[in-house]
Amino acid sequence: MEAEFRASSQADLARYDAEFLLGLYRDMLRTRALDTRIEALYKQGKLVAGCYSSRGQEGLSIGSTAALRKDDVIGPMIRNLGSMLRHGIPMTMVLRNYLGRATGPTKGRDGSSHFGSLEHNVIAPISMLASLIPVMSGVALSFLMRKEDRVALTWIGDGGSNVGDFHEGLNFAGVLKLPFVLILENNQYAYSTPIEYQTAAKDFACRAQGYGIPAMKVEGNDTLAVYEVTKEAVERARGGAGPTLIEANTMRMRGHAIHDDAKYVPKEMFEEWEKRDPIATFAERLRKAKILDDRTAKRIDDEVKAELEAQTDDAMAQPPADPAHEIDEVYAP
Amino acid sequence: MSEITYLEAIREGLLEELHRDPDVFCLGEDIGTYGGAFRVTQGFLKEFGRPRILDTPLSESAILGAAVGAAIMGLRPVAEMQFADFVANGFNMLVNFAAKAHYRWGAKVPMVVRLPSGGGTRGGPFHATNPEAWFARVPGLKVVCPATVRDAKGLIKAAIRDDNPVLYFEHKFLYRRLKDTLEGEVLEPIGKARVAREGSRVSYVSYGSMVYHGMNVAEELAKDGVDVEVIDLRTLVPFDEETVLESVRKTNRVVICHEDTKMGGFGGEVAARIAEKAFEHLDAPIRRLGAKDTPVPHAQELEDAFAPQPKDIKAAILETVAY
Repeated sequence: MEAEFRASSQADLARYDAEFLLGLYRDMLRTRALDTRIEALYKQGKLVAGCYSSRGQEGLSIGSTAALRKDDVIGPMIRNLGSMLRHGIPMTMVLRNYLGRATGPTKGRDGSSHFGSLEHNVIAPISMLASLIPVMSGVALSFLMRKEDRVALTWIGDGGSNVGDFHEGLNFAGVLKLPFVLILENNQYAYSTPIEYQTAAKDFACRAQGYGIPAMKVEGNDTLAVYEVTKEAVERARGGAGPTLIEANTMRMRGHAIHDDAKYVPKEMFEEWEKRDPIATFAERLRKAKILDDRTAKRIDDEVKAELEAQTDDAMAQPPADPAHEIDEVYAP
Repeated sequence: MSEITYLEAIREGLLEELHRDPDVFCLGEDIGTYGGAFRVTQGFLKEFGRPRILDTPLSESAILGAAVGAAIMGLRPVAEMQFADFVANGFNMLVNFAAKAHYRWGAKVPMVVRLPSGGGTRGGPFHATNPEAWFARVPGLKVVCPATVRDAKGLIKAAIRDDNPVLYFEHKFLYRRLKDTLEGEVLEPIGKARVAREGSRVSYVSYGSMVYHGMNVAEELAKDGVDVEVIDLRTLVPFDEETVLESVRKTNRVVICHEDTKMGGFGGEVAARIAEKAFEHLDAPIRRLGAKDTPVPHAQELEDAFAPQPKDIKAAILETVAY
């Protein structure tokens, strides 16, 4: 059972509504803008602790989340900033959490993009990788039990796929034919460890075979291809056919976190992947198809900038975390 | 009204909650077709069907993780660990996912983990441990340890209705040994200790199987004129400190006893609270009994030498009274 590989072709664009395509483009730009702002705030000393960049992986988050309905539930990992934005989380919520503000989604109790919002159908991750896989299976199980027409989707990395929970969770979802989709973002490095030190297998998709579930492979920087395979998996899940594993090839364009200069990555590798940047390549395709022109590009750019400035101002104006409430809410009342 | 066992009380509590609330469901290894390793859920599958009574793959972390996910979505899962010892395989889901969710982002995790625990059954190193102290110090988890038929039922029902992750330690030694008659709706509060026997000379503070042994010893000592007050903690977290302190202020002497190993056992916390808050009331040193700091051994001779026995409890009480 060889996984099928997908890369979408130029001709595919014609099948889509222009507004939908521009929406993908816009959400990728929003992701990069916020990501860049977080980096800048860190460098200005306004933001402390871990900053995890999604740079270079925006297409994957946006393409996959675009295949969902708003009532579907996502469990984003630290490099799925775009998924959060696409699923309706406002930028200020992310910034308030990074800045540890009292009015942020965790009130300063957790940092980075480590938060969830049931209102937005977003489940918070924990730092232990792959834990979300059994948990999101449980979310999918709740849909099965309540006969709800919804899907649960989460992501995992090349490194995280070696944690036991990856295997327990996928097997569990397979046995129960849960409406669940797992996207494995192979971004070549787990912190400093390259994939050949992670697995002796030829790829990650082959693991699905062990759980009796289908797998697909996709060019992860091709936003539309990611959208298409995810859509297929989501439809399978919605139709009661069970979970799918999608392996997406991509590259982490920064270190593990902002303190990490990623010197262990060969320079040529970064150069090669820079040419495959998901935003630049998608913009070029949109231009060739005459969906994007200078005027539209500028309009979108201005809108994204205006949103970022307003949302940053809002977050910066929030009060700091309050130690008086530090011990509250350990338990639900 | 007929007598039921501690095990049947758990079963009754589960059944009543399954009937009361459609969001309650059970999952675990062999809980459906087989009815559970100890037959607590026997017949449930026939009554409620799959997936509400869910036989799962042998994957403790997936069982607990799926319970967390379903609970966050508003269901009320009751996950069974076949033996409490096996919870070690799903530790991360409880201490990192379930315990921290509400504090971090306000998500309620209304789940129950049933953990058949404890020895006296010759279960050995992997089928007889008392791992409650692993969890009692994790903020965000609740820990209950019923020692009576009434609490077995009343606390499982309360655990299911609680909006937090509750670890419910059911003691295997008590499963078929305890019998009682229960009438009407039985619901016991989580976080409230119980004065199991009133007394004046010494307080005996315990939970789980050691309440059973302590009560027997107390009755025996009463014949010799030693009036022991037995406190059954029932819930380790939230810890009902006040009931313990009140008893110690009255008797001025205390023996703390649990079946778990002594080092880092919950008895240490009880002793520390008494030392901090009732030191001036003490007429004798705080005495603490627990199992020897070894894995739980299998052979009868070894296991009996490992865990506190009624004779050890009696000796400790008499020494404390004579101090």
